[in-house]
Amino acid sequence: MKLLNYTSAYFAIILLIVITIWAGIFYYSLLDEIYDSIDDGLDNQKGLVIQKAALDTTVLTKNSFEESDYAIREIMAADALNFQDTYTDTMMYMQNEKSDEPVRLLRTVFLQNGRYYQLQVATSMVEEDDLIKQLFYSILWLYTGLVITIILFNNFLLKKVWHPFYQLLKQLKKFRLDKSEPISTVKTNVDEFRLLNETIEKLLKRNIDAYTSQKSFIENASHELQTPLAISINKLEALAENNQLPESQLKLLASALDNLERLTRLNKSLLLLFKIENKQFAEETPVHINQLTQKIVSDFSDQAEFSDLQVTITEKDNCIQNMNADMAGMLITNLIKNAIVHNKPGGFVNITIHKNSIVVENSGVDKPLDEEKIFSRFHSGVPSSTSTGLGLAIVKAIAGLYHFSTAYHFDQKHIITIHF
Amino acid sequence: MKILVIEDEPGMRDSMVQSLQQEQYIVETAIDFYTAQEKLHVYEYDCILLDIGLPGGSGLALLEELKMQNKTEGVIIVSARDSLDDKVKGLNLGADDYLAKPFHLAELHARVKSVLRRKKLEGHNYIICNNLKIDAEQRMLWVNEEEVELNRKEFDVLFYLVTNKNRLVNKSALAEHVWGDHIDEANSFDFIYSQIKNLRKKLKDTEAEAEIQAIYGIGYKLVNK
Repeated sequence: MKLLNYTSAYFAIILLIVITIWAGIFYYSLLDEIYDSIDDGLDNQKGLVIQKAALDTTVLTKNSFEESDYAIREIMAADALNFQDTYTDTMMYMQNEKSDEPVRLLRTVFLQNGRYYQLQVATSMVEEDDLIKQLFYSILWLYTGLVITIILFNNFLLKKVWHPFYQLLKQLKKFRLDKSEPISTVKTNVDEFRLLNETIEKLLKRNIDAYTSQKSFIENASHELQTPLAISINKLEALAENNQLPESQLKLLASALDNLERLTRLNKSLLLLFKIENKQFAEETPVHINQLTQKIVSDFSDQAEFSDLQVTITEKDNCIQNMNADMAGMLITNLIKNAIVHNKPGGFVNITIHKNSIVVENSGVDKPLDEEKIFSRFHSGVPSSTSTGLGLAIVKAIAGLYHFSTAYHFDQKHIITIHF
Repeated sequence: MKILVIEDEPGMRDSMVQSLQQEQYIVETAIDFYTAQEKLHVYEYDCILLDIGLPGGSGLALLEELKMQNKTEGVIIVSARDSLDDKVKGLNLGADDYLAKPFHLAELHARVKSVLRRKKLEGHNYIICNNLKIDAEQRMLWVNEEEVELNRKEFDVLFYLVTNKNRLVNKSALAEHVWGDHIDEANSFDFIYSQIKNLRKKLKDTEAEAEIQAIYGIGYKLVNK
């Protein structure tokens, strides 16, 4: 949920509660005031009627309301003595409305000429349901108005106020550590946003610095490893040439050499990855993927034959891509190498070339590999003592460089697709 | 044949020198930019192994000086910085070859021999090894003056082993040389064996005075029969 809507929703709920409570209180105090005023009026009228009765005794015979708003009847003294004035709400037929309408009725007694009379004075009341209805609609309108105002306010004013924040968010979304481009923030007068901008700028700068130094550290380390590796391999090779070594020692030597060579391959692949990421392969030419694939497959033919693999190429179309020739070679090589290395004896590798994609299918372990991890560094589905675990990472890096998409799925076989 | 090894790393230099001396070359060394500069001014060499990262200056600067004197022939750049830039620059400056560290000694010999062959013997030249005669340009083999049919890989394997005659050739060096750098992540280098087997058979059938020995777990060696 967006921040704007979030606050709007909160406001709406709070307003709903506040206005409901407020409407209740308002309604009862209003009603109270109305009763108060009506009762005062009734009281006044009572006085007037009693006064009138004192002057005109015919009034005392007026038993029903009829056209007037009072009625008098004589009562027993015993009843009268215990009588207290009562105000009640009751219904009375109204000529104009042609229905029973609520009235406020005052019942009182008075003494005239030694006789007790009960006086009823009525006056038309507010219709409570009408009042509630009216009040409800007013409140509803008020509420709607307020909510609309808040939404508009949020959208126009808050959006303006939060602009630096959203700008920062947008920049952060685009930010990539390996691009090492600092983000540009919007100037703001709001202290919190300024602080946020400054903090994030500092944080990112520190991250970029750390990333760059780490990268160059690994890069330099890889470079520096080359010479000692070269010396070690060459010394061991010189030792192996010494004919006096018994087989048991040659075995040890062979194993040491194998591992040093594995280290060399690993190092080379790492350096290659750095070079791809540093975009050190700039020159682009149209590359014929079909011919390139055929050449690479033929380079691997001995290896495929040794592992008893069937390698087929299906050319659906001619695929020509503008890219660095070395990069294209490495992309296809690593794809095919991966398919051959992570295979099983008697398996197959099927390569299909379309106009804008290449699909490599291969047999291997009979379960799907983790699609998320397969292209990441040092993730190997099957433990292998010779694989560096960087082949598909190189594929991914090259694909990333040229904005190709890579996909993996499993359907009885492992299928890797590169969309150019 | 006189070879100058310009390399500041002692371990590296010793290995290269020892290995080259076994091939009966006269090997001299330079450990930094200035000694290299001096030696290059004073003496003539058939082959120069040039490290790029040197104390006192870049090997590429030395190469530029050599280019001005028209003496770049026979220069092989040996660099730990396996960078395309250096390679392109070096080759543009007239270097004959570029070898990235780490390398196999067998590969070093192959490159040195190839440079020397190109330099010293113009036109047709044969490599003779007992009763074997190899034409590197035409990629042909004769045993006792009779042509032996070899496929591309068999020829490459044989040629590489002959170049490194009597030396132990690491199977990964052989694989990388014959099948290309990208073969490096192979399950194993056992697939080389089938080519070796064919080659052995052909050498045996034609009564060649050379045979390929397998050295346990490490590689192969071509020796006199």
